[in-house]
Amino acid sequence: MSIWKEYYQPRSIEEAVAVLSSSPAPSNIIAGGTDLMLDLNQGNHPPVNALIDITEIEELKTIDVVNSEIIIGACVTHNQIVKDQNVQNNADALIEACGLIGGPQVRNSATIGGNVAHALPAADGTIGLLSLNTEVEIASATGKRRIPITEFFVGPGRSILEGKAEFVTRFFVPLKKACQGSAFKRIMRAQGIALPILNNSVWIERDGDLIKEVRISIGPAGPTPFRAANTEALLRGEIFSDETIALAQQSILGEAKFRTSPRRATAEYRRQLVTELFRNTIIQAWQRTF
Amino acid sequence: MNNQTLTINVNGKTYQVPPIPGETLSDLLRNRLKLTGTKIACEESECGACTVIMNGESVLSCSTPAIKANGKFILTIEGLAKFEKGELKLHPLQEAFIKNGAVQCGFCIPGQIMTAYALLQHQPSPTSAEIQHALKDTLCRCAGYPTIERSILEAADAVRTGKPVDNDPHVPTSSGGKVVGTAQARPDSVAKVTGAAIYTDDLEFEGMVYGAVRRAMVPHAFLKSINCDKARALPGVHAVMTAEDLPGEKNHGLVIYDWPILVGVGERVRYVGDALAIVAADSTDIAREAAALIEVEFDLQPVISDPVISRHPESTSLHANGNLLKHIKVRKGDVAEGFTQADVIMEEVFHTPSTDHLFMEPECSVAVPTKEGRMEVYVGSQIPYQDRLQVARALGWPEERVRIVGQLMGGGFGGKEDIAGQIHAALLAQKLGRPVKILWDRQESLLVHPKRHATQITVRLGAKNDGTLVSAQTELYGDTGAYASLGEKVLTRATTHSAGPYLIPNVHADCYAMYTNNPPAGAFRGFGVLQSAFAIESVMDMLAEKLGMDRIELRRKNALRVGSETSTGQVLRDSVGLVECIDKVKAEMVRVSGLEEKDLFKPRPVDGAKHLVRGWGFASAFKNTGLGGGADDCSGAHVELYADGKFEVRSAAAELGQGLVTVMQLVVCEELSQEPANVKVLVMDTDLTPNGGPTTASRQTYVTGNASRLAAIAFREHVTGAMAEKFDVSPDLIRFEGSGLQIGDQKLTFPQVYQELVAMGQKTMVEYEYHAPETKPLGVKGDMHVAFSFASQAAEIEVNTNTGEVKVVQVISANDVGKAINPVGLQGQVEGGVVMGVGHTLLEDFITENGVVITDHMSRYRIPSIMHTPKITSIVVEDPTSTGPYGAKGVGEIVLIPTPPAITNALYNITGLRLHNLPVDQEVVLQHIKTGQ
Ligand SMILES: Cc1cc2nc3c(=O)[nH]c(=O)nc-3n(C[C@H](O)[C@H](O)[C@H](O)COP(=O)(O)OP(=O)(O)OC[C@H]3O[C@@H](n4cnc5c(N)ncnc54)[C@H](O)[C@@H]3O)c2cc1C
Ligand code: FES
Ligand code: FES
Repeated sequence: MSIWKEYYQPRSIEEAVAVLSSSPAPSNIIAGGTDLMLDLNQGNHPPVNALIDITEIEELKTIDVVNSEIIIGACVTHNQIVKDQNVQNNADALIEACGLIGGPQVRNSATIGGNVAHALPAADGTIGLLSLNTEVEIASATGKRRIPITEFFVGPGRSILEGKAEFVTRFFVPLKKACQGSAFKRIMRAQGIALPILNNSVWIERDGDLIKEVRISIGPAGPTPFRAANTEALLRGEIFSDETIALAQQSILGEAKFRTSPRRATAEYRRQLVTELFRNTIIQAWQRTF
Repeated sequence: MNNQTLTINVNGKTYQVPPIPGETLSDLLRNRLKLTGTKIACEESECGACTVIMNGESVLSCSTPAIKANGKFILTIEGLAKFEKGELKLHPLQEAFIKNGAVQCGFCIPGQIMTAYALLQHQPSPTSAEIQHALKDTLCRCAGYPTIERSILEAADAVRTGKPVDNDPHVPTSSGGKVVGTAQARPDSVAKVTGAAIYTDDLEFEGMVYGAVRRAMVPHAFLKSINCDKARALPGVHAVMTAEDLPGEKNHGLVIYDWPILVGVGERVRYVGDALAIVAADSTDIAREAAALIEVEFDLQPVISDPVISRHPESTSLHANGNLLKHIKVRKGDVAEGFTQADVIMEEVFHTPSTDHLFMEPECSVAVPTKEGRMEVYVGSQIPYQDRLQVARALGWPEERVRIVGQLMGGGFGGKEDIAGQIHAALLAQKLGRPVKILWDRQESLLVHPKRHATQITVRLGAKNDGTLVSAQTELYGDTGAYASLGEKVLTRATTHSAGPYLIPNVHADCYAMYTNNPPAGAFRGFGVLQSAFAIESVMDMLAEKLGMDRIELRRKNALRVGSETSTGQVLRDSVGLVECIDKVKAEMVRVSGLEEKDLFKPRPVDGAKHLVRGWGFASAFKNTGLGGGADDCSGAHVELYADGKFEVRSAAAELGQGLVTVMQLVVCEELSQEPANVKVLVMDTDLTPNGGPTTASRQTYVTGNASRLAAIAFREHVTGAMAEKFDVSPDLIRFEGSGLQIGDQKLTFPQVYQELVAMGQKTMVEYEYHAPETKPLGVKGDMHVAFSFASQAAEIEVNTNTGEVKVVQVISANDVGKAINPVGLQGQVEGGVVMGVGHTLLEDFITENGVVITDHMSRYRIPSIMHTPKITSIVVEDPTSTGPYGAKGVGEIVLIPTPPAITNALYNITGLRLHNLPVDQEVVLQHIKTGQ
């Protein structure tokens, strides 16, 4: 039994929405296929009726700067991101996150849209985008809409697209302004699957010695990619200092819900790791505000 | 939008084909375009073997839908070399890989080269760090990563400057021989870098169908019923066979025939990989689908998953003779008396996990019935003649009706000694009268073939205050899994080596080789000694600390030397280079670290990163060469002269990538004064090559090396004798030279020599059967083995005290190999051994839970990549053994054995954490650092 019956390569968003709406279930969007092909091959995903490959849609494959935003197409690959001058100048966290994914072969195929749409709580690109206050554009038969990335996720591997003839078309990342900086770091385990056992991204804006604004994302620290909102609130307006970081570390331990993943990491280990990881990431982000 | 044709340009040629649902790019390239240079090792995006270039970027063809390549330009390994004026012009990457010896088994090489090629397109002068970053997920189990990196650097220079790749392989050579000991490229290397090399899965035969196996997938049960109706009814299925249909022997096995070819109704399933039925169909997909449609009912039984529990009297017997495969005993002196003399006694218990060979090429067999009524089996096998025997018995045929045609092997490491798909393919081919291919995917490979034995090892070691070892008692439990395989032999080696390479007057070792419901355990590079070395070398460090003595000095003081008696009562007469290994490693440590001797093993924070701490660890080891233990260790070789003046040497010894073919070639060149280009090598064909015995126990350089050498000498004498008679000159005046035979003042070219021989009615081929010196079985005093190799290693590691992560920075590896016949091959073995040792220490853990395999994908069983590869300094010690060819002894296993304890000893020296099990778990390390527990 073959893992798909029909394979469509639409050239426009409208065409894609149309086939997606008209193909009998189960039918799926495929981008780079680095996650989906594995799932299909290994039987983790049942064979599908149709795959709708959106990587031939030109407008989804570009990175542009428009007004105060970088617009990243959903089918932009991780390697494209890493090499892009605009992203390099504006979104260190995303560069660092995408640069760490897989090897070059995977980064040449895997897309940022697939990374987000797969909705894993510790996907590196996703955690990077989350701290950057990204907005997600979604296309459906009724047109396009924009939502904050925080509203995209529903549960592990589940997003608001579930069961709908919709897909992600673009990401909007605010341009970096003076006194802003971001960073991404992760910790891996030598054995077992390639996903990080813990990753963390921080975006920060400085006002003199004060933290004017900050966003912290951590994965996996809950069923969906996690924003440490309480800790962000605690830091806002504080002086950037060892004491402040220490308070933030405690706060993260209070609000992040770490779980034990068998043979990857215990919750306790993640708790031990997160404080240093966060410290290193926020310091790095802060240094980039100068 | 829904394409009806797929147009693709591959290596400059345009193809138009109808798309097939579900087809990947690698399927298209390999199956439809017949470009088999692109290799499949995992089909799960983990290994990079299938890398090709699509519109200038590297991609994994195994997980790229073929249709994505529509309208694109693809470059594969076959398209890299160009024909210029009728001559093959290799790409500098290909040249550098060959020249430096980066090509071993060759299976990963197309992927390595294509990944590197893509890198050079974007980055013409890459740094080492950039190369490592690029090759991060392109795995090589032969693990010549340092050589691969060096080759890419050199190729980049050549591409940039337009100059040819220099021809210095940068490998220390060995003196004394004209050809032996010099750096030579492998005879098969051009084929391996151009994608022309054919491995079993690349073969196709007229009318071939594809097989699949229905596995039990339960660890312990009785098979109650099996119904194949649905499978038989599936369109495209040609045959389904169950145990009822077996024409001959019901079981197979290397030593004991205890492993069912197919488990029948009412019979016992002993592990998840047990075969219940086999299917042949038009495609592998159909065959697998049919196998899944077979309905089975089990009467599930309680699972025995632990060798210690298996030995309890109340445990169910998995085999007719109980669960004890063998109780292995080593007795020397009187340990009780010995311990009374000891001032200090250590006692520790260690556990080592099961591990997988993870050779890059999954098992594949093709069985082809011939018109003459014989069966040819094409397979990469470490023991071709054993395959022949087992296949013939299963078919109910005499052995001569079966021919094993050995194929290039994409790695073996001991994992291709047992039967994989050979018998199943032959049974289906016999039934259908047409060729049948059975290719295992990675999951089946991980589930089914025998692993490294998991062990529990207790060491009790007594010493005097001055460090003199007086008594050693060890107890080992080895988990041999569901079937015997080579379990008894492996665990015998674990036991006889369990007191380490030291002179100890009183030794008492007991080993219980136990059956369980885990996957079988058998041969794996290191052959049991890896496990016991981890235990004894950990205890040696602990003892040194307790005695307040330098750990190197403790080892040196007790090291085996010429004249020492081993634990099994063998007095070593020559070739004991252990002290030299110890001294040279120590000197090198002092030199590279710049530390004073007394500070060598102290932890040192890294400048500017106080959470990173570095430190050294040290270990030694020994490993037998050859089967020993009273077995007749023999190998045959032919040397033949052809009409065109070229020579050929033949033996059915296995080439798994380790470089035996080069050894055979060099030895014959040496004896016949030939250039390597003039001597061909043929191995692994039971019709054409004499039995070379199993490729195991680090024996082939010694045994088949000797056979080849002696066959060459016999050939020389034969020719000399014949020519002396013919030309009436004294044999002393006849000399082999490169271009021909010097006979007194006359010179004959080799084609002329051939003609003379034929005219005289003399043979143009000589056969030689070499028998290694006699050995004694365990329990009888005397030589248990013909030789031992010795080694010491020092590992410098770095611990991240924030995360517990451990990284191996560098390893100094000194190996006494007797004589480095093939320095390029030796370099590959040393690098590959250290890296595999790093893998066994930091990554590898074949996990089963109550008999169920958890690590059934490459993504769950990780092996070292270039990122895990330390700097490796190889020190070659040559303490020759009188009976080896030019003094050589085994190399393949000793190179990895000291690595795990060297690393864990370093971990202790840095953190105070003494590991009693492998692999290192960074979480445990951090826990220890934070809490001291
Ligand atoms: C060897 C290897 C290593 C990896 N390492 C990492 C790593 O280190 N970190 C990490 O985060 N990930 C890693 N990944 C995971 C994966 O590659 C990434 O998550 C990748 O970004 C997925 O993108 P894709 O285009 O391949 O997605 P696909 O496989 O094409 O799709 C994934 C899922 O998302 C859906 N989808 C894709 N695009 C859209 C869209 N635009 N709108 C709606 N739904 C969509 C698909 O239907 C599918 O369900 C690794 C994968 C491999 C194979
Ligand atoms: S990555 Fe494709 S075969 Fe392994
Ligand atoms: S040469 Fe790389 S796997 Fe053998």
